[in-house]
Amino acid sequence: METEVKLTKLAGCAGCGAKVGAGTLSRLLEGFQTHCDPRLIVGYDKSDDASVYVLDENTALVQTTDFFPPIVDDPFLYGQIAAANALSDIYSMGGEPKLALNILCLPEKMDPSAVQEILRGGYAKAYEAGAIITGGHTIYGSEPIYGLAVSGFVRPDRVLTNSGAKPGDVLLLTKPLGIGILTTAAKAELVTRPLLEKVNRQMAALNKTARDIMVNYPVHSCTDITGFGLLGHSYEMAQGSSCTLHLFTSQIPFHKEAYELAEMGFIPAGAYRNREYAEAGIQASGNVSRAMLDICYDPQTSGGLLIALPESAAKACLSRLQDAAPGAAMIGYVSEPDTAAVMME
Amino acid sequence: MTQLDARGLSCPEPVILIRKAMAGKEPRYEMVVDNPVSRENVTRYAEHQGYRVTVTEEQGEYKLVMTK
Repeated sequence: METEVKLTKLAGCAGCGAKVGAGTLSRLLEGFQTHCDPRLIVGYDKSDDASVYVLDENTALVQTTDFFPPIVDDPFLYGQIAAANALSDIYSMGGEPKLALNILCLPEKMDPSAVQEILRGGYAKAYEAGAIITGGHTIYGSEPIYGLAVSGFVRPDRVLTNSGAKPGDVLLLTKPLGIGILTTAAKAELVTRPLLEKVNRQMAALNKTARDIMVNYPVHSCTDITGFGLLGHSYEMAQGSSCTLHLFTSQIPFHKEAYELAEMGFIPAGAYRNREYAEAGIQASGNVSRAMLDICYDPQTSGGLLIALPESAAKACLSRLQDAAPGAAMIGYVSEPDTAAVMME
Repeated sequence: MTQLDARGLSCPEPVILIRKAMAGKEPRYEMVVDNPVSRENVTRYAEHQGYRVTVTEEQGEYKLVMTK
């Protein structure tokens, strides 16, 4: 269903492209007084996807929130994508979402049936994830915003942070890149309907299956590729793990159509923010094209998981991931610190 | 020569504007934008269409001259 006023026209910047840059965020968070608690095993200091607080020896609480303005015009789909994106942070920590709260902002004149469709999308994804939406908070504002605050659980000894990668690990990526570029070009009506439908299905797809598969393997580190793009999130994993991530550019999965659209300048502002944040830590060999770099800096809405695990387990894990998501690929490996945090080869 | 003012527009609107204009296949276009993202994206589009791009900055605004 499409509303009379296009949802994306109400939004300044779309989806995870609206995310405030990582550099700006770390400056904003500097120097605040905060309690130390040994049970808080993942806090904001490592720029991870969610916080983790140990409740007892078998259970840790995982908490996260994510919300953004409309990235598609169909309100039901927008609700699904926003919810899948918020739930993803729990999956990337190796956890299972259990409880969620709606976060909703809407213009006063917005059609109530469209608002209801957004919420219906959120409830549908939460249901699929096995989580319960227990309430939420709604305000009026100039542009629509929707997302969830999610709580989930994980065994404390099975928490997957973005800072656990080890030299010798292999890197897997579960969803193809190019979402930000394609949704930007869609505003210029340069993306075919079948491709747009494929992209929309990808954004609405939960990372649940990938999580359920990866927890059967000795994964060292995981993060979801969202607003900071592949290179921004890889940079954080490399820094947090005190390692270098090597990416095989030719093996990075992306939507082929995004390449020419990047060459044509349909690049969201978030991609430039990501480049500004991470480029000092990125080294790309001369044969990596500008368009390919743009794709690797492109902010992803509800992107896939980046998984680091020992080479001995990587093949079997990848094979099972590919059964569920054919776009999954082996995209690189981890080494001792090299000349840059992330090296594109 | 076509002169375009894309100040106040955010991506992808300036690129949509230059794309429509370049359908006319003129040898020279000028565009003023007011942010680095538009400067970069319009430059990419013009180069993709085979234009040479020169950029001058003045007080936070960028003038792009695109020639073929």
